This record gives sequence, C-alpha cells and structure tokens, in this order.
Amino acid sequence: MKKTFGGPAIFLDRSDINTDEIIPAKYLTEVTKEALKPYILEDLKLEGFDPKGQALKNARVLVTRENFGCGSSREHAPWVFEVNGIHTIIAQSYARIFRQNTFNGGMLAIELPKADIDRLFALSREGAVEIAVDLEGQTLKARAGGREETLRFEISPFDKALVQAGGWVEFADARY
Amino acid sequence: MGKTIAEKIFDAHLRDEPFSGTYVLDLDRVLCHEITTPVAIADLEWRGKDRVFDNTKIKAVIDHVTPAKDSKTALQGKMLRDWAHRHAIKDFFDVGHNGVCHALFPEKGYIRPGFTVIMGDSHTCTHGAFGAFAAGVGTTDLEVGILKGVCAFRKPNTIRINLTGTLAPGVYAKDVILYVIGQIGVNGATDRVIEFRGNIVDEMSMEARMTLSNMAIEAGGTSGICLPDMTTVDYLWPFIQNDYPSKEAACEDFRRWHSDEDAVYEKVLDFDVSTLEPMVTYGYKPDCVKPVGELAGARVDQVYIGTCTNGRIEDLRVAAAVLKGKKIAEHVRGIVSPATPKIFKDALKEGIIDIFMDAGFCVTNPTCGACLGMSNGVLAEGEVCASTSNRNFNGRMGKGGMVHLMSPATAAASAIAGVIADARKL
Ligand code: SF4
Repeated sequence: MKKTFGGPAIFLDRSDINTDEIIPAKYLTEVTKEALKPYILEDLKLEGFDPKGQALKNARVLVTRENFGCGSSREHAPWVFEVNGIHTIIAQSYARIFRQNTFNGGMLAIELPKADIDRLFALSREGAVEIAVDLEGQTLKARAGGREETLRFEISPFDKALVQAGGWVEFADARY
Repeated sequence: MGKTIAEKIFDAHLRDEPFSGTYVLDLDRVLCHEITTPVAIADLEWRGKDRVFDNTKIKAVIDHVTPAKDSKTALQGKMLRDWAHRHAIKDFFDVGHNGVCHALFPEKGYIRPGFTVIMGDSHTCTHGAFGAFAAGVGTTDLEVGILKGVCAFRKPNTIRINLTGTLAPGVYAKDVILYVIGQIGVNGATDRVIEFRGNIVDEMSMEARMTLSNMAIEAGGTSGICLPDMTTVDYLWPFIQNDYPSKEAACEDFRRWHSDEDAVYEKVLDFDVSTLEPMVTYGYKPDCVKPVGELAGARVDQVYIGTCTNGRIEDLRVAAAVLKGKKIAEHVRGIVSPATPKIFKDALKEGIIDIFMDAGFCVTNPTCGACLGMSNGVLAEGEVCASTSNRNFNGRMGKGGMVHLMSPATAAASAIAGVIADARKL
C-alpha cells in the first residue's frame, strides 16, 4: 500500500498511551493487518474520545504527547494505524519499539519538542487541523481556522532511509 | 575510555553502520512465539523469501495461548509449527513441552553472556540477566532477524542502577524492580540500556535477576543487563561444562563482558533498598507503586501466580510457603501457572502443587494465559486481579478489569485474605 504523509489530524491529549490501548491483546489472534481495522484505539482511556467517531475515521495524522506506544512490542499497533490510513504520527517522544516498528513499516514517527507539540494542540482549538509533511525538507505545515504553523523536525538518516525504502525488509534485503 | 557491557557486545557483533549512530548487529538468537511470528512468516512467504538465516540460532515456542482455545489461535500455532518443521528448526516447543518463552529459553541454556538476542516480545529484556544484550522487537525486525540474522539499534546509552544494602525478609526482586520503576517512571529509561549493579544483584539467584531484568521494559528500557558471574556459571554449567575446564575458567572467560571501571554511563542511580517494603501497583501504569501497607484491604476477585516475571520455581516456593496449610478466601479465584514443564515437575516433586491445590488454587499448564487476558483467567468488567505479572495496563487481563502487580508472597497472602495483604503480617 502506498503511504501518504499528511492530511486531517486527530489529537490525543495524553502521555504514555500504551499498545494495549491502541490494539488490545485479544485481537492479536488475527494474522492479517486488515482484520485489525475496526479495533483501533478501542481501549484508549481519554475523556471525550470516541474510537468509533468520525474524527478518527477521517484522520490521516495523529498528534499526541510523551512516550507514545509504550508497553508491548506488538507491531499490530502501527499496523492498526496503517490500515486506517494514518501513516504519520507526531509526538513529543515514543517508546523505542513502537518508534522502530513505525519506521520499519515505512511510516513516519515524527518527534517534536514540547513547545512545538503545544503549538499544534493550541492550533487544534481553532478548528480542524490539516497537516502537510515535507520529508525531504524535514518540515511540516499545520493549518486550521486560517492560521498556519510551519515546524521543522529532526529525523535520523537511518529512519529517513527506511521511509524512503518503504521499510526495513526492503532496506535490509537490498543490503545484507 | 572504558566501555559498558552493552558497548562491548555491540563492538563484538557489529555488522554494519549504515549511518552514523545506527548499529546493525549480528544476532546470536532469534526467538519466536506464536503471536508475533506468524505475520512475519506470512510476509516472508508473500515476498517469496520463506528462508531462515540459521535454523540453529532460531528457537520457537507456542506459549501465549496453548493448547489453542479457538480456531484463530489454532491457526497461529499451526503457522508457527509448520514453519518450524519446514525449516528444520529443532528447538521448537509445542504442547507437552512448551512454557512461557522467557522462562523456557533460559532454562534450556540458550542464552549466554555476550549474546545478542531479539524476540517479537517486549519482555525479551529478561535475558539480559545472563549478561546478554536482549531486546524486544516488532514483527518487521523479527522478520529481518529470521531472514538475515541482523537487527539495527541506536547507540546503547546506559543507565547504571546500583542496588545496595540488605533486603529485609519478605522483600523480593519483584519489590525492588517495582520500586525502581516507581522512582524513574515508565519513561525513565526509554531508548536506554539499564545495567543492574550492586551487592543486591550480586547476591541474587538467576531467577531473581530474571525478575529484575524482565521489567526493564516497564521503565522503557531496551535491555536490562546484569553482569555474568559465578551464579551465572552455576546456572549454565550443565550446558557449558564441555566448553571449559572448570567453573572458575568459565567465570574468568565471562569477565570479558564486564563493564570497565571507567565506562561512561549516561546516568548512575543509587538505591539503598535496606528499608524497602513489599510493593504493589495501583492504577494502570507500572510506575504507580505503593508499599503494600497503603493498599492493604483493597478487594481482589482473582489471584494469578505465574508469568515470565514470577512463574519460576523460586517464586512458587515463596508463594507455597505462605499458602501452606491455609485456604484462600471463598470469593477469590486462585490460578497458578508454573512457567515451564520443568518448573511444574519440580513443583510436583517438592509438594508445592499439593499446597496450591489444598489451598484452593487451580493449577494450569505452563502458558502466558491470563497475563495478557487471552485465556485461562480473563477478568470480567470491574473485576480486580492480584497478579505476579509485569503489566497493569487498562484491560490487560480483560476489558474493564484491573490488575495490581506484586510479588508471589504478596499475591499468596492476598489470596488468603481476599484483599491485598502483607504476607509478613498473616
Ligand atoms: S507471561 Fe505475560 S508478559 Fe510474559 S511473555 Fe507471556 S504474555 Fe508476555
């Protein structure tokens, strides 16, 4: 599946969102990624969040706080985002395995300093946020209610190469 | 400048540095279970690359849901089983021989000091107890590990945690690690290696060290490493006795993996645990920890003793000592899952299984089962479990259920009291 980076964003205003919340263990009996689709964020503990809501359905980008994806190593967590069309995640920080899994699948796990994350959350209070990502230039543009924020992001050359190659299997297979 | 154990292992296994700061390591062990491996197998087949880099370095087990509970879990087991047979993976463990991966593989002697180990399971850090660099990975890393025998990591920046003092009677490795996580937080070691040091670690058995290393990931740690010593040699001796003229020689050889005196740590944390009390978690994060006294009296519906954290023989002995001659509370469902067949048999021989059954516990076969809410003790909405496992996330043992993490002693005491209880005060 061709990955797209950018689009309407959904905001999850909490730290330490774990992989059990993203995709509960009981669905790990599925052996295809596609089958995970309906269960995205089913057990997320967050006031006002509706895992069956339209906002999540429309979202192509997810913005959240610290230590996103902690807990289990299940790659089902980035997969459930992938099959729901969310190929870009933006957070202040990630759990290591989740971050690596996301890049390994050729998706983006962008890390931004707290001030920038705060800026995005502030923007989200003005209306629906649309985010465009320029991977080459390492910048993203976020728009809402006629206002626009342009933010620079850092990405390690390895992670960038993984996204460009389409994932770690492709990268490793060509090289080792 | 000196090096840490993790840096020494990286140096010895470096295959490639495709970019500055990215280290692609050769792997000594690629471990597999039936939850995360089948998707990797299916993807390899789909790519026309259904191969394995070395069938002696790959070990596999069906452990999470076994025997299969339904058609889906049966298919996962079958995919792993067929794949293991297809590639002549000799060390494959199925019903009758299987047990919880992080208890079974060490018990078979597969993990050695200085090894690089990956598995599609976050608690792979357990194997760091042997002085190995062992990390949990996702399915794609696992897939590349299976195919190419390599995995990529960032520089292993290390946090050294010195544990010193004397543990009071009734306080165990589980209490120590819960306390440490409570102190540094669930994000306290993210992207870092934890090196466990100090006289407390030196005096611990391999079982206790595994409990310690097992929960490194609950603080975000990539691996939780203990330095190999005579305790490590004693544990591994049946498997290495032909490789060394004496235990002393093995111990000397393992010393090459010791961190140098002048190794550079990102942080050094000192904890004197002499006054430590048994610890219990509350809430839904493993860093929400309190001394048992502050949570005593909280209701429990189920008590679960087992898992890769605390399902080893030493743990069962501790719980049995508390349970001996007692009955668990009428409203409590007690479940014990010895982590491997060997542990089960040893527990039988020692009369431990009798003690559990006489107390009113249900004894299950070796499996993860209830730990991740997939089988053998799933909680109903609103129910509470006192558990010796490692994760108390919302819904972990069943949707709407809640988990308190604790040591086997505290779990056993809570089973008897029917509420969270301090084993020292029974
Ligand atoms: S016992 Fe629990 S934590 Fe350990 S490997 Fe099994 S499911 Fe994971």
